[in-house]
Amino acid sequence: MTVGTSITRREGYNKLTGRAQYIDDLSFPEMLHGKTVRSTIAHGQIKNIIFDPAFDWSVVTIADWRDIPGRNIVALIEEDQPLLAKDFALHYAEPILLVAAETKEIAETAVSHIKIDYEELPAVFSIQDSLKSSVRIYGENNVFKKYVIDQGDVVEGFRESTHVIEGEYIVRHQEQLYIEPQGVIAVPREDGGMTVYGSMQCPYYVHKAIKANMALPDDRVNVIQTVTGGGFGGKEEYPSVIAGHAAVLARKAGRPVKMIYDRAEDLAATPKRHPAIIKHKTGLDQDGKINAVEIEIDMDGGAYATLSSVVLSRAAIHALGPYKSPNVRIAARAIATNTPPNGAFRGFGVPQACFACELQMERIAKQLRIDPIDLRRNNLLRLGDITATGQRLDYSVSAEQVLDQALEHSRFYEKRDLYERQRKEDPDSPTIKGIGVSLFMHGAGFTGSGEDKMKGQAGATLTKDGRVKLLTASTEIGQGTRTIFVQIVASEIGIPIDLIEMEEPDTSKVPDSGPTVASRTCMIIGGVMQRVARTIKEALTEFVAERFGNTSIEIKDGQFVDSEGKSLIAFQEAAREYQEVRGALEVFHRYSSPPGIKWDDDEYKGDAYPVFSWAADVIEVEVDHDTYETTVLNITTAQDIGRAINPVLAAGQVEGGTLQAVGYALLEEVVSDKGRMLNNSLTNYIIPTSVDTPEIHTILVENEYPFGPFGAKGVGELPMDGPAPAIAAAILNATGVLVNELPITPERLEKSWRGL
Amino acid sequence: MRIGLTVNGQKRETDAAPMKRLLDVLREDLRLTGTKEGCGEGECGACSVIIDGEVVNSCLVPVCQADQSTILTVEGLAENDRLSWLQQCFLECGGAQCGICTPGMLIAAKTILDSDACGSRSAIREGIAGNLCRCTGYTKIIDAIERAVIQNR
Repeated sequence: MTVGTSITRREGYNKLTGRAQYIDDLSFPEMLHGKTVRSTIAHGQIKNIIFDPAFDWSVVTIADWRDIPGRNIVALIEEDQPLLAKDFALHYAEPILLVAAETKEIAETAVSHIKIDYEELPAVFSIQDSLKSSVRIYGENNVFKKYVIDQGDVVEGFRESTHVIEGEYIVRHQEQLYIEPQGVIAVPREDGGMTVYGSMQCPYYVHKAIKANMALPDDRVNVIQTVTGGGFGGKEEYPSVIAGHAAVLARKAGRPVKMIYDRAEDLAATPKRHPAIIKHKTGLDQDGKINAVEIEIDMDGGAYATLSSVVLSRAAIHALGPYKSPNVRIAARAIATNTPPNGAFRGFGVPQACFACELQMERIAKQLRIDPIDLRRNNLLRLGDITATGQRLDYSVSAEQVLDQALEHSRFYEKRDLYERQRKEDPDSPTIKGIGVSLFMHGAGFTGSGEDKMKGQAGATLTKDGRVKLLTASTEIGQGTRTIFVQIVASEIGIPIDLIEMEEPDTSKVPDSGPTVASRTCMIIGGVMQRVARTIKEALTEFVAERFGNTSIEIKDGQFVDSEGKSLIAFQEAAREYQEVRGALEVFHRYSSPPGIKWDDDEYKGDAYPVFSWAADVIEVEVDHDTYETTVLNITTAQDIGRAINPVLAAGQVEGGTLQAVGYALLEEVVSDKGRMLNNSLTNYIIPTSVDTPEIHTILVENEYPFGPFGAKGVGELPMDGPAPAIAAAILNATGVLVNELPITPERLEKSWRGL
Repeated sequence: MRIGLTVNGQKRETDAAPMKRLLDVLREDLRLTGTKEGCGEGECGACSVIIDGEVVNSCLVPVCQADQSTILTVEGLAENDRLSWLQQCFLECGGAQCGICTPGMLIAAKTILDSDACGSRSAIREGIAGNLCRCTGYTKIIDAIERAVIQNR
């Protein structure tokens, strides 16, 4: 069986030879190049647009909001964001006008000859200012969304507690920094429709957005995902914006229009991870058991709602981490500011919540002088326990198992003792070492009733030559979708992987599997794929049984065999004959939740996710006493992702997510002035290079989930959640200083260390 | 100006503005789109090519400076459509995920492989320090290069 083996990436050959066609590698006859004119202020009224008469405007196509044939919205959860600003700009870099020309250079020159006059209005740039200010960005109070999760009685819980400990945690923007910037090409169709090619995670999101902008029916819009050079959530919602822009220009010019952002524009204008302020209050009994928890989360959503409500919801549900408490109150708000909208980024609210939760555990351990490992072990969730939303954990609960594995493989206790000894023996050493732990979990799939509403669809058909062709809008963005789906189907049917191919991700050819987000592709759509494969197997088995007059047959290694193992007919031949006799075979299934899953959207209670993945990180650091620089020496991570369909690809997810989180912890900082990103360049927005990267030791713990395909759960986001607090814990271990803000730059560590 | 280049063993000629970036000449004039642009400022290494034996960021090279030079791009690594040993190691070790940094990463790795460097993991880290990858955490890229170096001997 191919599931559980590390077959090589299906599209690997094309990626390794330079043949893979990314969006900027494509070209169409008569194609123009589009650019965006953006707001240069954070908040104001657009008064006048001046086109410099010195420029020859006949050589370009200009479009503004009046050129949008349909609705001037970015069709997401809410409809507050215009595709092109009409009267007001609510944030720096908000799109106002579009320009298309024969070359990029002409389009850029044209943009530099457009001047926009504004009447500037007061603006707010922080959560605190937004809540106090009279500036109105959204609704009556600048609050996009609010959730409260309540369990037990926190007032009583704190009253009964022996210790009550409070802490505040602050996290900031992080950029996804896919190495391929955002890009699309819109091609007008002869029937008046629009074809959009692009770098994206969710072709059907773009499909929905273009239909709204262009006032076109379903069948007049098709969206094709090109090979995509990284997403990490950054290509979840934003492609709907750039695709809308290209389509408006293409419609007006009557020609294909390519829009590719350069890095500076991509960094300045596109969504980032939500900054947040998170407050914890924890009550514990005399044995160090948590008795009451109160958590407040305030997230900065930016100027428009985009996906903030769902990011916030996931943060709130994960706020207590993998721990239990009889009394819980979690209050979470997403707040509007005059900054570019924040959006989806791997982890989707959990890295923020997890940083706060895990550092609160460290704070408690420090104040009560108990071992942080014992504190965690004393409070972690076990099989049958109840989470803050009232979910009973019936399957695949591994908090203690991953913790034990990470401690053992990293030789945690031995190293902690060693570093402590070294610090005592050589107190004047310019560098000090420390070791820290984080324990965390991540719900796979959409939150609450999301998957039941989405009913993600996938299918397969038989090709004329007797192969199985998979039909899905779940995209390959580097994580391995195209490979693991083939493995799941091959293993379920019992055929070699070369008998399986995949339809291209074109909305006119594949069903809506839902977006490629939320660690849902393997577990949710992979599960649908397994059912599709089972139906195909059953149909062909029944056909072959009838033909050979033998009902005890099965498929082995691509052959139908009888009960004695004698080969009757090859799968491929049977699939060809099936179609000759019975016609085409096309199978579709939709996702439906496993039995017993219940969620109440109004009360925010119930089974928040079908199942959780679990992980523990042990991270060793060296802190320089003179420069306050932190170097990560070693990372050991144990991650229970259920069955690993392809262990090399799964470990690749873990390592990549872990390093992205090391960047979040130590390096990556968006520096802004009045809502404008100042370091919108790879020269000074720093992500980890190979020399910043420690050895990452990955242990895949495979606690199978009975309702996932072959026992698989989610893996994509989990590794992003834990490293930042583990690094902060290691710095605390080394220095005795708890830094409650990210990123832990030398400046910030110095401030905390010297008590400035 | 008239530019002559030997690219992946083939003599190529094109007319281009002298200050046009080598990256654009490769991608637009010669239609060799395997070389990628990630930042346009020499930070990410996605546009790495080898010019006369040296790795350079082709986004920082005006084509006039590369006139009459010998250039290797990702398209020149495979022989007769068969993956080179280095590419095979990347494939089997999981060294490519989204693939956008892969062409530049392979070019940087090729110079490590061709040099007499010892091929230790830290030397490999240094050798690819100019090439950013956001998917892999570099671990499997280093695995792939290490394997290529060891078994190349």
